[in-house]
Amino acid sequence: MRELSSWKFCEQHLTQKQAPLCVILCRGPTFSPGSCYDHVGLWRLGSNKQSIMHLRQREVNIFFSHFIEDYWVVGREERCRYFGAMEKMSRVTTALGSSSISGRTMFCHLDAPANAISVCRDATQVVVAGRNIFKIYSLEEEQFVEKLNLRVGRKPSLNFSCADVMWHQMEENLLATAATNGAVVTWNLGKPSRNKQDQLFTEHKRTVNKVCFHPTEIYMLLSGSQDGYMKCFDLRKKESVSTFSGQSESVRDVQFSMKDYFTFAASFENGNVQLWDIRRPDRYERMFTAHTGPVFCCDWHPDDRGWLATGGRDKMVKVWDMTTNRAKEIYCVQTIASVARVKWRPERRWHLATCSMMVDHNIYVWDVRRPFIPFATFEEHKDVTTGIVWRNQHDPYFLLSGSKDSTLYQHMFKDASRPVDRANPEGLCFGLFGDLAFAAKESLISGDANRKPYPGGDRRYPIFFFKKPDPTEQFANVSSALSVFESPVESKHMDWLVTTARLYLLSGKPFAELCDHNAKVAKELNRPQVSTTWTMLRIMFSDPANPSTPGPNHIGKLGTLPLMNSFSMKEMGAGLGVEGRLDRSKGESRQDNLHLEPGTSLINSNNDENEETEGSDGQAEYMFGDAELDDDDLYSMEHDNHGAEYQEYTLPQEAFPLRHEIIDNPSAPEHLQQDKADSPHASGNEADIMCLTPIESFSLISISQPLFSPHLPAQFFCPVVREMLIHYAEQGDVQMAVSVLIVLGERIRKEIDDLTQEHWYMSYIDLLQRLELWNVSNEVIKLSTCSAISCLNQTSTTLHINCSNCKRPMSTKGWICDRCHQCASVCAVCHHVVKGLFVWCQGCSHGGHLEHVMNWLKSSSHCPAGCGHLCEYT
Amino acid sequence: MAASMSVNADTFTSSNPFHICNICQKVIRKKENGVRVLRPVSSGPSAFIPEEEIVELSQVGPHTEQLLAEAYTPSGQLDNLTQVMGLHPHYLQSFLRSQFYLLRMDGPLPLHYRHYIAIMAAARHQCSFLVSLHVREFYRMGVCLDWLKGLQYAPQRLRNLNEINKILAHRPWLITKEHIQNLVKTGENCWALAELVHAVVLLAHFHSLASFVFGSGINPQVDTQNTSGFQSVHISNYCTCDLASDHHERDSSFSGTSPMTSDYVSELEALMERMKRLQEEREEDEASQEEMATRFENEKKESLLVSSGDFEDEVTPTSKVSRFVEDATFGYQDFARHGDDNPPTFRAHDYSWEDHGFSLVNRLYSDIGLLLDDKFRTACDLTYYSMASHEDVDTTMLRRALFNYVHCMYGIRYDDYDYGEVNQLLERSLKVYIKTVTCYPEKTTRRMYDSYWRQFHHSEKVHVNLLLMEARMQAELLYALRAITRFMT
Repeated sequence: MRELSSWKFCEQHLTQKQAPLCVILCRGPTFSPGSCYDHVGLWRLGSNKQSIMHLRQREVNIFFSHFIEDYWVVGREERCRYFGAMEKMSRVTTALGSSSISGRTMFCHLDAPANAISVCRDATQVVVAGRNIFKIYSLEEEQFVEKLNLRVGRKPSLNFSCADVMWHQMEENLLATAATNGAVVTWNLGKPSRNKQDQLFTEHKRTVNKVCFHPTEIYMLLSGSQDGYMKCFDLRKKESVSTFSGQSESVRDVQFSMKDYFTFAASFENGNVQLWDIRRPDRYERMFTAHTGPVFCCDWHPDDRGWLATGGRDKMVKVWDMTTNRAKEIYCVQTIASVARVKWRPERRWHLATCSMMVDHNIYVWDVRRPFIPFATFEEHKDVTTGIVWRNQHDPYFLLSGSKDSTLYQHMFKDASRPVDRANPEGLCFGLFGDLAFAAKESLISGDANRKPYPGGDRRYPIFFFKKPDPTEQFANVSSALSVFESPVESKHMDWLVTTARLYLLSGKPFAELCDHNAKVAKELNRPQVSTTWTMLRIMFSDPANPSTPGPNHIGKLGTLPLMNSFSMKEMGAGLGVEGRLDRSKGESRQDNLHLEPGTSLINSNNDENEETEGSDGQAEYMFGDAELDDDDLYSMEHDNHGAEYQEYTLPQEAFPLRHEIIDNPSAPEHLQQDKADSPHASGNEADIMCLTPIESFSLISISQPLFSPHLPAQFFCPVVREMLIHYAEQGDVQMAVSVLIVLGERIRKEIDDLTQEHWYMSYIDLLQRLELWNVSNEVIKLSTCSAISCLNQTSTTLHINCSNCKRPMSTKGWICDRCHQCASVCAVCHHVVKGLFVWCQGCSHGGHLEHVMNWLKSSSHCPAGCGHLCEYT
Repeated sequence: MAASMSVNADTFTSSNPFHICNICQKVIRKKENGVRVLRPVSSGPSAFIPEEEIVELSQVGPHTEQLLAEAYTPSGQLDNLTQVMGLHPHYLQSFLRSQFYLLRMDGPLPLHYRHYIAIMAAARHQCSFLVSLHVREFYRMGVCLDWLKGLQYAPQRLRNLNEINKILAHRPWLITKEHIQNLVKTGENCWALAELVHAVVLLAHFHSLASFVFGSGINPQVDTQNTSGFQSVHISNYCTCDLASDHHERDSSFSGTSPMTSDYVSELEALMERMKRLQEEREEDEASQEEMATRFENEKKESLLVSSGDFEDEVTPTSKVSRFVEDATFGYQDFARHGDDNPPTFRAHDYSWEDHGFSLVNRLYSDIGLLLDDKFRTACDLTYYSMASHEDVDTTMLRRALFNYVHCMYGIRYDDYDYGEVNQLLERSLKVYIKTVTCYPEKTTRRMYDSYWRQFHHSEKVHVNLLLMEARMQAELLYALRAITRFMT
């Protein structure tokens, strides 16, 4: 018991008058790191090294569960209290075994891709095995040094083609490999000859995927193979001592339990995990389905007896508690690629390392309690990582890995990248009913006094207290605050879109009427700009030869608009731009509202008022320039930065006197004056256009009519319309863009590239479908000219019908059954076969020709078949 | 719709409406020399299998029926392919499910692309059955109909796919990451990886399905219900032999109860005996590693010798199919050729379907991996524990030999398989058949089909075809996916 004497421990005291006690784990007569702890003894320091008590099994468990995480532990049982730090103990003991580990992140090139790696007991050497490589490297301070090449012979046989390798943790000269040809080979490094091959077992018929030594027994080796069998070998004998049949294809991993001498776990290609007792080869102890698809790997928790981690092709790592009757999934980590290997991190109860089989080359260390973001990542490899192993069983800071890119790495934990540092700790999500949830770092929101603490957010700390929280070993404290903003019930956020979608006419009428109709729709919804756009479109693209004949009331409403024609296109663009800016500023201030919760209700109510005022303005013809001024006024009170825009909107007032001056001048024709006067101002300030009073516009219209005769060709407008559409789409009003696109059809289609069109269509259709406006979305699809869109309607168009008599699928025709030769669908009214649309009552399932049933139900409320059911046609 | 169909039907008809494939032209020449030519024995779904052998589908369970309902052609008929495959309803189910997903369900490619790719793939093997099936499907889409005039009318993007189409169809081991790079590299006609994976799966699916069609002698679809001009013109496009029925005089001893029958029985007995012996031998006789390696090489080499020398002259594809083929001269060449620099052997353990292929394909085209996995598994595990008249036989070895032999021809090697078994279990005539069906299925003849395993049921031969088809598909996928993986890393 020499270790005992040299072991220093922290002098936390137990009970009053007892001398300090020391706890040590031992097995058998000697104590060594890495051995199995069967006993835990308590020794009194300074006494004659006699154990004063032995802990029973259960108590040992408690001991372990408390020591893993660097905690000082105050046990629960009154009888004995445990002291000491596991880590310290292991450090000291390792120091006794070898020099203490130090090193840096380093790598070396291998000649060939590695399939698996394993370290020897004292963590000084590592073996790398692959199809074309089988070498031992020693781990020096600064580099890897090749020690031995085990792949000897002129033409090495397939026995050297290794799928897996394991170094015995008790006997440092003993290695085992699993060969792809089904052989299990052991190697004795103590052999004097060049070929170190010791034993060869060729009992498996297929590739052996995994070999595993018993953690404490020197001669016991377990293998798992593609043929579905696991075999246990006694290395003193020539053949296997027992064979376990998984009753399934392909064993992917076998692992002896660290704590239970007789137990091992096996994982299978079909997703099952089995637990076996090594003494009972006839059947497994228990089995459960862990994953969908193959379970590539499993690993027992080094300290916690009941915990088994499994990783599968379904990209999940699951931690199972095996102590209960049914294996219980206690943690689940979702990775981004299928999990090839999983290894618990020593000394860190919640940490495990994984690497993936495909695509993803990184090694991740996860804290199973925080399954959404890796605790640490090693990103050195250029191809998939095939083997990972912690260098020492008691040291959590060194990780070794081998990869298909033919490199062997030693990763230092301090050099790992921490994804959490780069993660965006803010989250934003819309709820079903327009609510908005927003999570951010607590510090960001802490100023907010009104915030209610989110229930359940409080973290409960374990009963023990931290020793000294090592910042590198903890997740950054990311307690965040969650705020939920409820959208006011009366908010009509999407209403206009729905109504517009329903009311817009996209086809079926002359172009001018469509435009007028849509303009009217937009106007009624208080969207003057959209409305104006429609009217402008009508004017631009209507054929001047046969002008549309809007009713007299149209002139009244749209009277100002012909004027638009006389403005240069540039001005219109500018006008749209400012409008857009206005919209945007609205958007911004809305967003801001979200941050300023206390102000939200105020602003909302203001908004509502706004809408009301806008509404009333709408009735007073085109006074919305003022209305928007109001808007802006309002916002600028809240936000100073809108002052600049506010300035812009004061301009219209200057425009009025100017215009009146010109009207005073009698020498020039009035309309020309008007143009001259307007143009320079309008270029800087579109509000002018909008501010014309109805009276003025009436007079203007009558005069400006002759100007129309030299009508500009429609193509002339295309660029500006194109810009306008793009503008709308960028503003988020894809509805407008698509509607105009459809209504204008060939007039504009060539101007806009197909991809953009397709993109708009897709967005609008998606929007409509989310709002369950199926009819509208279908109409849009139908009217679209993009082949990619119109073929959307070609999908899932098959309707399978079963015969109502024999219940078999109607194979040839929809109305007569091949098998029973009966007409399946007969109209209940006329008793003829229905070959077209068949409508039926969902209550009594009678039905017939659509028209017949419609007519029938107009006069009668009962089912035409006479079944007495009160059918309803809606 | 009708108008457009008829228009296109015109463009689709070859100048000679009664086209005769050149096998038959040869036959006709022989006929003129006084050789008796037999019509196909069967007018049912398959030219090789008597109609009555094909089970009435009404016998299958309601679950399968549901599935079949989806497989009905627009005319409401169950196509011949499905009927033949219906001999193995369990497999049919997963086959249809994956095919349905590939062609109809959500996926990266637009629907008409999928059918066009199917046409391109089937055309590589001059499989007019599949081509016309998907031409019809393409019509129903109603878009881009002028693509059907030929590959040069299709967009450049699809034509770019032709390169990997021909490689995968004939020499998949030649595919490299550069091919993938060319398709994926940014540019006007680039493919997204997800789209490419979808396309690759479609290509592999239809190449191998062509193998099945020829291997089982599927008859062209004769639609009795539909007498529209389009259909009838369409049908007349086939040569009556459909490239499948044998042009040689039929072996008269086959059907009769000739004294040779006993020989066939003993043939079967011998095969079973060999299987048994192999099973037992395995425990004692362990071939050395080098021996194993040479056995694989031998098997690979030997596959060269079994090539059927019957057809020296190139088969000129019928014009309705050839319009979808570019570079028609690119054909199969043996993986292992004497004297040449052979491409390196594909080690199944370095890139396996279960570990690597699945993950990649499922990542880029979700859920297809599960469906394909299910299909492969079903095909490999399908057994009725019987061989010909014998019940209760473990056929695992035989199935594995078939599967691995196909992979062997494609240069894929399993370390843990003794290729000596192939030699023992697969007789020469079967090897000829396997090689033909997998590598150049268009050359399959009825004689080849009849000449192996004479005692076995037709359904068992269809089972063999299923295995060949799946093995081929997996091999193609492995090569293609490996190239994609290499491209990605």
